[in-house]
Amino acid sequence: MLVQISQLTKTFANGVSALGPVDLSIAAGEFVSLVGPSGCGKSTALRAIAGLISPSSGAVEFPGGKPEIGFVFQEPTLMPWATALENARLPLTLKGVAREEADAAARAQLARLGLAGFENAYPRELSGGMKMRVSIARALVAKPKLLFLDEPFAALDEQTRGELNDDLIRLWQSPSDPITVVFVTHSVSESAYLSTRVVVMSPRPGRIVDDIRLPRAPEPDAGYRFTAEFTQSAKRISSSLHHARAVA
Amino acid sequence: MTRAARILVPLIVGMIVLAAWEISVRQFDVSPIVLPAPSGIWTAFVEHFAQLMSALWTTLRISLMAFVLAVAGGVALAVLFSQSRAIETALYPYAVILQVTPVVAIAPIVTIWIGYERIDLVLLVLAVIVAFFPILANTTLGLRSADHNLIDLFRLYGASRWQILWKLQLPTALPYLLGAMKVSGGLALIGVVVAEFAAGSGTATGLAWTITLATRELHIATAFAALALLSLLGIVIFFALAALEWALLHRWHESAVRREI
Repeated sequence: MLVQISQLTKTFANGVSALGPVDLSIAAGEFVSLVGPSGCGKSTALRAIAGLISPSSGAVEFPGGKPEIGFVFQEPTLMPWATALENARLPLTLKGVAREEADAAARAQLARLGLAGFENAYPRELSGGMKMRVSIARALVAKPKLLFLDEPFAALDEQTRGELNDDLIRLWQSPSDPITVVFVTHSVSESAYLSTRVVVMSPRPGRIVDDIRLPRAPEPDAGYRFTAEFTQSAKRISSSLHHARAVA
Repeated sequence: MTRAARILVPLIVGMIVLAAWEISVRQFDVSPIVLPAPSGIWTAFVEHFAQLMSALWTTLRISLMAFVLAVAGGVALAVLFSQSRAIETALYPYAVILQVTPVVAIAPIVTIWIGYERIDLVLLVLAVIVAFFPILANTTLGLRSADHNLIDLFRLYGASRWQILWKLQLPTALPYLLGAMKVSGGLALIGVVVAEFAAGSGTATGLAWTITLATRELHIATAFAALALLSLLGIVIFFALAALEWALLHRWHESAVRREI
C-alpha cells in the first residue's frame, strides 16, 4: 500500500464537520477518482491526505515512507510575476536545487505538456488551458510518486478538458516516472474515462459510500466515451452518486 | 487619441489659459498685488532665480529624504506586522492615531522638542509622519493578500518563512506598495510645505517660507513663482513614481495591460 487512511475526520474551527470518518487504501499505480456532490468534503479529504491541512482525528500513513507529492489546484495558482519556467521550477527552487538543474527539469516538464517555446511567457499571456498545463508541469517537476489534483479542469472548455484528460493519462502511463494519481472531480464521465477506480462520497460530513473498480486501464482514446463499457461504468457511478445524495 | 495629441491638447489648453490671464490682467489693469500677470511672475522668477532655486533644493531634499524614510520604515514595519499578529495588534492603533492627528497640530510641539536651530530635522520628522501611513497600510494589506493555495504549495515543498516572505508575500505586495508610493511621494512634499508654514519661523528656507515672506512683503509675483515651482515638483515626483511603477509591473500585472477594445 502506498497510502493508508484510517478513521480520518476533519471538523473546522467553526464547528462544521466536513469529513469522515473515512477509511481508504491506495496502492501504487492506481488512478483513483474521488467523486461526490459539491460540498461533500472531497477537497478536504484530498488536502488532508496531501498534508496541506491537519486532520481532526485519524491518520494518513505511508507504509513505504512518505513519497514525493505533487498538488494541482482547481485554479492554475501561478505566480503572476513569474514566467512559465520560473513557475514550473518553483518546487525545485524551494528545495534548494541548483538553478541550471532546476531550469532543465522545468523545461523538460513544460515540453512534455506541449509548452516548449512558452518558457518565458507570463501567466497573463497564456490561455486557461496553458496555465493549467504550467500548473501540472510544476506539480511534476520534483518527480512526485503521488499526484493530487483537485477538480483541475472544472473551469476549462470541453475540448481543452478532453485534451488535458488524455495528457493526464499519458503522464500516468509513462514507464520512466510511474505515478499514482488521486483526482477529485464532480464529473461522472470524467471519472469513468480517467480512472482505474472511483470512490464515491456522500455529502457533509463526507463519507465513502461506494468504491468502484473500473474494467479497463485508462487509455487516451476519445472514442471510448461512445462504447457500451463506458456507458456501463458511467451508469454505475451515477447510480452510486444518486444513492449518496439520498443518504444525506 | 494619439500619444502626441494626449500631450499637445492639455498644453494648448494651458497656453490659452495663460494668454487669457495675461490679457485680462492688462485689459482690466489688475493690481499686481492682487493678481500678477504671467509675464510678471516670469520676471520675478528670473530676478529671484538663485533664491528660488536654493529654496526648491531645500524642499526637494527634505521631501526626498522623508519619502525614502517613510518607504523604508513603512515596509519594515509592515513586514514585522506580517510576521507577528501580536506586534500588529499592539502597534497598529498607534500608527492610526499618528495618521489621523493633523500635522499642523503636531508641528509646534515637534518644533519645540527638536528646536528651531534644527528646523530641517523638524520638517523631515513631520513629513515622514505624513508620508508613512499609506505605505504601512497598503504594504500590510499586500503582504496579507498572498494566494492561500500558493502558501500551501510553498509549505508543501518545505519553504521557510523567509522564502514565503521573499518569494511570495513581497512580490504580491509590490503593486500595493507602488500605488502607496505615488500617494506618499505627494504627501511627503505636502508634509514639508505644511510643516514649514506651521513651524513659522525665519530659520526655514524652503519654498513655503519663500511664499510666506513674499506675501508678507507683497511680492505676490514671487509667491506665484514659488507656487509654480511647488506644483512642478509635485508633478515630477508623481510621474517619476508612475514610471517606476510601470517599469516594475508592465510585464506581468493586469493594471499595466493595454487592452484593445
